[in-house]
Parts: sequence; structure tokens; C-alpha cells
Amino acid sequence: MGKVRVLVGTRKGAFILSADGKRDKWDVSGPHFAGWEIYHMKGSSVDPNRIYASQTSGWFGQVIQRSDDGGKTWFQPGTPPGESTTGPGGMPKGESNKFVYDTSAETGKPLTTHQWYDGTQHPWEFKRVWHLEPSLNDPDTVYAGVEDAALFRSTDGGKSWHELSGLRGHGTGPKWQPGAGGMCLHTIILDRANPQRIYIAISAAGAFRSDDGGKNWKPINKGLYSQYIPNPTAEVGHCVHHVAMHPAKPDVLFMQKHWDVMRSNNAGDQWTEVSGNLPTDFGFVIDVHAHEPETIYVVPIKSDGEHFPLDGRLRVYRSKTGGNEWEALTKGLPQKDCYVNILRDAMAVDSLDKCGVYFGTTGGQVYCSSDAGENWAPIVHDLPAVLSLEVQTLP
Amino acid sequence: MIRVVLPPHLRGLAHIGGELKLEIDGKPTLRMVLDSLEASYPMLQGTIRDHVTQQRRPFLRFFACGEDVTHESPDAPLPDEIVSGKEPLLIVGAIAGG
Repeated sequence: MGKVRVLVGTRKGAFILSADGKRDKWDVSGPHFAGWEIYHMKGSSVDPNRIYASQTSGWFGQVIQRSDDGGKTWFQPGTPPGESTTGPGGMPKGESNKFVYDTSAETGKPLTTHQWYDGTQHPWEFKRVWHLEPSLNDPDTVYAGVEDAALFRSTDGGKSWHELSGLRGHGTGPKWQPGAGGMCLHTIILDRANPQRIYIAISAAGAFRSDDGGKNWKPINKGLYSQYIPNPTAEVGHCVHHVAMHPAKPDVLFMQKHWDVMRSNNAGDQWTEVSGNLPTDFGFVIDVHAHEPETIYVVPIKSDGEHFPLDGRLRVYRSKTGGNEWEALTKGLPQKDCYVNILRDAMAVDSLDKCGVYFGTTGGQVYCSSDAGENWAPIVHDLPAVLSLEVQTLP
Repeated sequence: MIRVVLPPHLRGLAHIGGELKLEIDGKPTLRMVLDSLEASYPMLQGTIRDHVTQQRRPFLRFFACGEDVTHESPDAPLPDEIVSGKEPLLIVGAIAGG
């Protein structure tokens, strides 16, 4: 039947929700890292017990945590306890927390500047890791999307991090600017069919693609229209909120932009709007059914000024046609007085026979549908605000 | 022997229950205390001072004998009460953000 493990990052710690394939009885563990913001956790598809977590704080900076036993125990990757380079008591070194932009002569990328809120140029300053994406082939390789926007990679299990500076330095960086949540690289998509291909997305710069493993990058924003920027069809500057892909159709991408739900059939070279009959096309999350590459999910949010569901009704919208034709999914979701938000990395699917769909809210609820969205039930009601959610499908 | 009190989040990160004690030779300064602290508890590297610039994180402050010494020179000698261990050096997270 299989099992599922839901990794929930919140404003005040991490929680792990586990159930068998029925997905009706849940064990809740946590809070892990109580009191810290957990921006994201994700497990390796190669070794599901290997989970990476981004533990962060406006006060104390960034910490990377790792579990090798499915989230039961955690440690900061680094020199293992017992080796001579550890501190007293076998404490691991703090090197896994070190995210330093690449300014080396070898790669020829001096620390560049980006556009600040007032239009002036501002140097890149590391703030936190928004998203961790483990490699599809190697549990020790993991990518980190950070604020200020850049892509880092570790090939030693999270112990040390190196910037893939071709992204930040490829030329359009001075035109990138922070969105309301900061200038964050929040989406990383790896392509199982083409290991050299990586998609990323930045708010507010847009989507980018590398076809050589992260060395060179190009913006892939043609077809996006953002009326809130000086040139609505600019090459960069778009506030992309999230991008999703089905592994069986890696050239098809779905995007929830600030406003507009978009689709690309050619790996991002051209986008077309598929908002169709959505009641509002503002939102943050978007995801794809595990077994139906043309079935997608969004949660419409009223507007950029009012980050809650329209009319206080929490509705997931599903399209079985890859966009344009949408149906509201409401069974089990609050249909009055609901004013939560669903943040960009807080929706995921499992790959059991009946695809499970999950999302977390800023009100601390985590909802699960074990039948592809027909019926919903809360797994938990009262967690801290949910920042991110990932699901692991286990044997 | 210098006593240091960390904010709760960093105590958790360093697996420390209460205050900690550091032995520092010579005339201890704030910089020497932080260097010693990070050497003894390497997981705290980057959490009090930036990895690269060594600048204090903006929402942290340092108190000694009831005085805010955050903006004192990091190379200034610490008060005798701190050096003797009579008073702890406090590393405090600012109350901000609600």
C-alpha cells in the first residue's frame, strides 16, 4: 500500500506527519528546531531517509540541518563527530551554514549588484535558504535556492556549499529586484530525462533555465505579461511565484505568477496564459497530479493586496486539461470565514495509486486529499504558520 | 574564566542547557570571547557574526555588567567583573518582530 511522510516547515519549527497509504490516521512529530523558521525540508528520492532542512532566523542567520533516518534525528552536516577537526565534545563544525557568493577569479564573477526597492543598485547579501532540492541521482548532492537570489550546490551532503555563479552573473542580474518577500530563488526543478537541465525561478526576476548543469543560464520569460513593471513584457523582472513540472513531460511547465497562471510546452521558451475561468488568477502554489501530467492544481488568492481566499472560501482549483478549464474542489475545506494564505512552496502531491494532494496554510492547517482533490480533511489544525510542505511516498 | 549567556535559540543549537564558561588567556576582549566561543562551539559560526565580514548580526547585542557594550571596540578589554567570572557576558537577541 505504501506510506507517506509529509515534511512541514513552519514559522516556529518543523513537523513530520506520517500515515499509511489510507492517509486517514496520522502521527505527528515535532516541533523539530522549535522556535526557528523552517523555510523548507525535502527528502532525497535516492535515499528517502536523507532529508535536508533549511533552519533560519532573522536574528541568527542560516543553519542547514540533515537527517539520515527519516527525520528522527538531525545534525548539522560537517565533519562527523569523532574526527579531529571537530570542536570539543565532537560538535560538528559550522561550515554547513556558510553560503558565500562566488567572487573567485577562476569563475570571473565579482559580486554583482541588483536593483533595490528605490531603483538604485544594491550588492547581493545572503539572507537565507528558501528551497532545498536534492539531486535525483546522488543523496549527497543538493541544490539550495537562496535570498538574495542565487543557486548553491553541495556535493558532500550539505557540508559545504558553492555558488553556481553563472546564474547571478549571466547579465540580467542588475535588473532583478526583490519582491515583497525578498529577492528569493524559490523554485528549483531538476529534469530526470535530462540531467543537464535545471529550471529555477526568482521573485522578482522570473524563470531561468540551464542546459549544461548550471554553468550557463538564460531567462525564459517570453509570453509573461506583468503590468506592474515598467515594461510589462521585459526579459526579466517578473514576479514568478512558483513553477511545477511533471517528470513524464519535462518540457511542459506550469507557472503561478503574481497574477496569471501560465503554461509552456517548450521548456519555458514561450508561455501562454491558462487562467481560464479561475475566479482570480493571483496565487502562490501550483502543482501537478502525480500520474496525470495534464491535471494541475492551484489555490486562487483574492489579490496582491489581500492575501486570502476570495469570499473567505478556501477552494482548490483543478484543471484536467492542463489549464484554462478549472473546477473548484471544496469538499472538506472551509467555505466561509477563511482568511488564510497558502505560500508558494506549501503544496505537494504523493505518488500513491490515488494521488494525494496536500497543502499547508498560514493559519497552521495542513489539508490532505487522498483522492486527487475530491475530498479534503485536515491532518492538523493548529501548527504555526506553514511556510513549506513536501511529501515523500515510501514503500 | 568567563561566563557567557546565549539567547535560547543559540543554546538549543549548541546543545547547552545554561550558561557556558570559557577560559581565555591574557586580557580578554569581546573579539577574543567570540573567537573562543566559536572555536568551542563551531555550530555557532555565522550565527552571531557574519561568516565573511565578521560583523555582528543586526538583531544581536552584547551586555556586560548591565551596560550595552555592543558598540564598544571589539578589541577593548572587558570589565574586570566579566573577566573574573563574577558577572556573565550576555549575548541578547533584540525583541523585535512581534
